[in-house]
Amino acid sequence: MTWEIVMKQKIAVKVDDLTVAYNYKPVLWDIDLEIPEGVLMAIVGPNGAGKSTLIKAILGILKPIAGSVTIYDKPYDKQRQLVAYVPQKGSVDWDFPTTALDVVTMGTYGSLGWIKRPGQKEKKAALEALEKVGMLPFKGRQISQLSGGQQQRIFLARALVQNASIYFMDEPFQGVDATTEIAIINILKELRKAGKTVIVVHHDLQTVPEYFDWVTFLNVKKIATGPVKDIFNDDNLTKTYGINYKVSIQE
Amino acid sequence: MNSAQIEIQLIASLVAIACAIPGTFLVLRKMAMISDAISHSILPGIVIGFFITQDLNSPLLIILAALTGVITVVLVEYIQKTGLVKEDTAIGLVFPALFSIGVILIAKNANDIHLDVDAVLVGELALAPFDRLIVNGVDIGPKSLWIIGTILLITITLLIAFFKELKVSTFDKGLAASLGFSPVIIHYGLMTVSSVTTVGAFDAVGAILVVALMIAPAATAYLLTTNLKKMLALAVIFGVVSAISGYWLAHYLDASIAGSITTMLGLLFLIVYLFAPSKGVIAVMYREKQQRTEVSLLTFLLHLKNHNEIEERHVNHLQEHINWQRVRAKTVLELALKNNMIIVDNNIVSLTEKGDAFTSKAIDYIITNEDAQIEDMKDDFFLFRG
Repeated sequence: MTWEIVMKQKIAVKVDDLTVAYNYKPVLWDIDLEIPEGVLMAIVGPNGAGKSTLIKAILGILKPIAGSVTIYDKPYDKQRQLVAYVPQKGSVDWDFPTTALDVVTMGTYGSLGWIKRPGQKEKKAALEALEKVGMLPFKGRQISQLSGGQQQRIFLARALVQNASIYFMDEPFQGVDATTEIAIINILKELRKAGKTVIVVHHDLQTVPEYFDWVTFLNVKKIATGPVKDIFNDDNLTKTYGINYKVSIQE
Repeated sequence: MNSAQIEIQLIASLVAIACAIPGTFLVLRKMAMISDAISHSILPGIVIGFFITQDLNSPLLIILAALTGVITVVLVEYIQKTGLVKEDTAIGLVFPALFSIGVILIAKNANDIHLDVDAVLVGELALAPFDRLIVNGVDIGPKSLWIIGTILLITITLLIAFFKELKVSTFDKGLAASLGFSPVIIHYGLMTVSSVTTVGAFDAVGAILVVALMIAPAATAYLLTTNLKKMLALAVIFGVVSAISGYWLAHYLDASIAGSITTMLGLLFLIVYLFAPSKGVIAVMYREKQQRTEVSLLTFLLHLKNHNEIEERHVNHLQEHINWQRVRAKTVLELALKNNMIIVDNNIVSLTEKGDAFTSKAIDYIITNEDAQIEDMKDDFFLFRG
């Protein structure tokens, strides 16, 4: 991919001067970021680098103290329908009394808006998404009765059902088995093929070149962003992780 | 049964339903203690409202008290957000302060009127039928019945209208926010409904019991179902059953109605806690025992798979090789036999084809996966469970 082509690409997500603080302590410091349409991008950085925070701030879940975010040149509020979000698996209570199908159906709530109830159309979309992630046989299962990998697939199906243009995923590979990891990455690659933009908070540096074509290095400040083959190198890794980054790779 | 008795039971039942609905969501949001805080801290709101209106059932009083309830939540969250104290500490700081202001207000100013600390704590359900609502000279029933009926109607309407929003924001706040359903609005909506319900129920059952009616039925229902709608329905049923049986218990013991209803709630919870089919204490103990036996079985099968030597597979030597006690060894051996995983020939144990397949598959799964759930596999292989 040459730079001319990149420049002509539409920008899916644009972040300007974004600063986020928890209790006055900044966790993201003046972030500028442009994510081109159609990339499969990893956000990497050490623990506490603000990776999840960046996603949450883009999605309006956290309120930044400064800066702005646009999705296809408009504020997030107006473009909600274009965006789907897969939170960290640990962010919800899996003992909640509900089934796999019901959780996936929640993905349709956004297009329904307030008060309206999901009907046959929404149920069909949810079942199709379950089928796509290979979880159809578990549709009636209470969610705590699913393994970690199965729970992650349910979350993925819930995002798929939103039929968005941009997908944000917070550590989708955390605590899943090898089979699920492959199943998930195949679905992500399929999404990219369909022209969607996929942004993934990722922990395993070793798999970055294999899984992703775009990468952002983050450690409170943005360090670099661009195609994996151009910028995924020792220099940026050291800048992000410090001199001992090789240790974190081995971990 | 005379009409006063019917009216008391009706009021108690409506209060139970009105409490069970917000209570279910409070339990799922792990906010049970907030209802305790609200029920106590609305007292100053009630007292001030009472001074203004001189009527415990006035709508203004309900609004004032509900407002105090919401203020409690705001204060708790504010203190918590400073990060100086934890949430439960913040709750423990806010509500006694507000409650004691109410107590002082009563003691200073309301000595000669119908509002005392006892009534505030446990309510006066027995007196509820005496305060009638009279419209155009016609007696249309006890005032508290109309009040709690109206509150219940509003609660049910809101529940039906916003069921989906309540569910998604309770299960996954982040998703709700990203979909555009403001979790803050839903949170304060729920808090307002809880406050209003608490005030409406306050006169009938008092500050302590109202907490029990919100939390106990929902907690009991939680142990019995994995479906939110069923949980709501069960919570409502448990609330009503406790209300009516509690009334009759009080009738026969000649005791406090509020106290008896709470006792019934506690009893009901205890029974379900012990005997619930999958989440009950006994079921969990049974399942753990089953699990232990099945893990032993797998260990035993793996031993057989790893050893071809006759002496390692002799029935009488198994005990010393695996270092198990006789009873345990016997249980495991029998379970393996029952499931056709081994055959015993001349006291020598060997794996069957099925036993071999199960062992390889189970070990393979456990090694490659982080979670060691082979439950699905057990369904495929086991004729009898441990």
